[in-house]
Amino acid sequence: MKLRYLKNVATLTLAPEKCVGCGQCEEVCPHGVFAIAEAKARIADLNACMECGACAPNCPVHAIEVNAGVGCAAAIVFGWFTGKEPSCDCANGECC
Amino acid sequence: MSGCCFPNNSACCGGTEMQTVPTTLSAGDIWGACKVRLGIGRMDYKVEPGLYAVGTPDGASPVLVSANYKLTFDALRSKLSGLDCWLLILDTDGVNVWCAAGKGTLGTEELINRIELTGLTEIVKHRKLILPQLGASNMKAHEVTRQTGFSVIYGPVRAEDIKAFIAAECKATRKMRTVKFTAWDRLVLTPVELVAALKISLFAFGVLFLLNLFATRPFGLRDVAAYIGAVLIGTVVTPLLLPWIPGRAFSFKGGLLGLIWTAAAVWRFRWFAPEYALLAIGYLLLLPAVSACFALIFTGASTYTSPSGVLKEMKISLPFIVGAFVVGAVLVLIQNLFIGRPL
Repeated sequence: MKLRYLKNVATLTLAPEKCVGCGQCEEVCPHGVFAIAEAKARIADLNACMECGACAPNCPVHAIEVNAGVGCAAAIVFGWFTGKEPSCDCANGECC
Repeated sequence: MSGCCFPNNSACCGGTEMQTVPTTLSAGDIWGACKVRLGIGRMDYKVEPGLYAVGTPDGASPVLVSANYKLTFDALRSKLSGLDCWLLILDTDGVNVWCAAGKGTLGTEELINRIELTGLTEIVKHRKLILPQLGASNMKAHEVTRQTGFSVIYGPVRAEDIKAFIAAECKATRKMRTVKFTAWDRLVLTPVELVAALKISLFAFGVLFLLNLFATRPFGLRDVAAYIGAVLIGTVVTPLLLPWIPGRAFSFKGGLLGLIWTAAAVWRFRWFAPEYALLAIGYLLLLPAVSACFALIFTGASTYTSPSGVLKEMKISLPFIVGAFVVGAVLVLIQNLFIGRPL
């Protein structure tokens, strides 16, 4: 059974006019979000996106934008208390 | 190839000792893995960064890049039997590939640095590196090529696919590129969650012990059993049954199972009697909130939750979790401190 998380939340965007169809995004995406057809990438499954941020820095023409980060409740709460960006570096050195 | 840099020849490679590593795990490796899965010494389970040999590699053998978390290192080498290759182990401070990429320790800079420190350019003739795909989020492949001459190929997600990947001339199938989160993947993550939850619970038990000095209905084994059950629901059962529990939000899934568990406990312990009404209602609010909270924490261990999604889930669920917890705790305390056990 395929695990699916909340719908219509991912911040991933792709500018098709910039895309050169190199296929790098499709290669690094761990959830099969992208598909390449006729030398252009498109977002085929936005709701599978976990915003890990692998695609954006590997796009040679900067056609992809995403608010990447950790999908971790503890990190988000920790971020609220410390005012920092949520990350895996939790308070007591224990982390994920 | 000069013949100098073969494994176990400590006289070369810039004086650094080259180590050949076996592709089988010893009892000690397995024991070590069990311990870190229980959260014991998890933050200090490392191997020395550097270049390692698997089999009898030469100048044409592939170079696999990985992290220096020993659990990662062992998982990788144990899947390489029969292969001659080099392992370039980066200093990720004992953190796995995906998380180290997220933290920034596994990245362009460390890779370039490690290539120089190990003298890799002298050891292999080709100029290709196979990186774990999950290291991609912090890697500027073109920058690595510009500074070192090595081109970056992203390998499969799982170590078990590496041999097939190399055999297919470094072509990964869609399946090799996709992160799974199988029941087994989820199960091995649960002990760390459970141990952490029980550590926090010791504090709660201490408070209950003190409250029992004033209680007219002291907290007993049944209360503890009901609570431990709710913790197990949140930290183990919900993660394990994740795809089969209705809903998408982790807290909803945990809360739902927690409610079923608590209803069963209330029934079994005969707390449904009118004189225990506050206790029953209290626990029916409090314990599902506990399960929901621990299930929510498991988003951090999952491989498919987006930060935007978790934030949305928290904004909706936290008021319910905190509200149910507080109201439930107050009701239970009223029962136990003021009403007590009926005669």
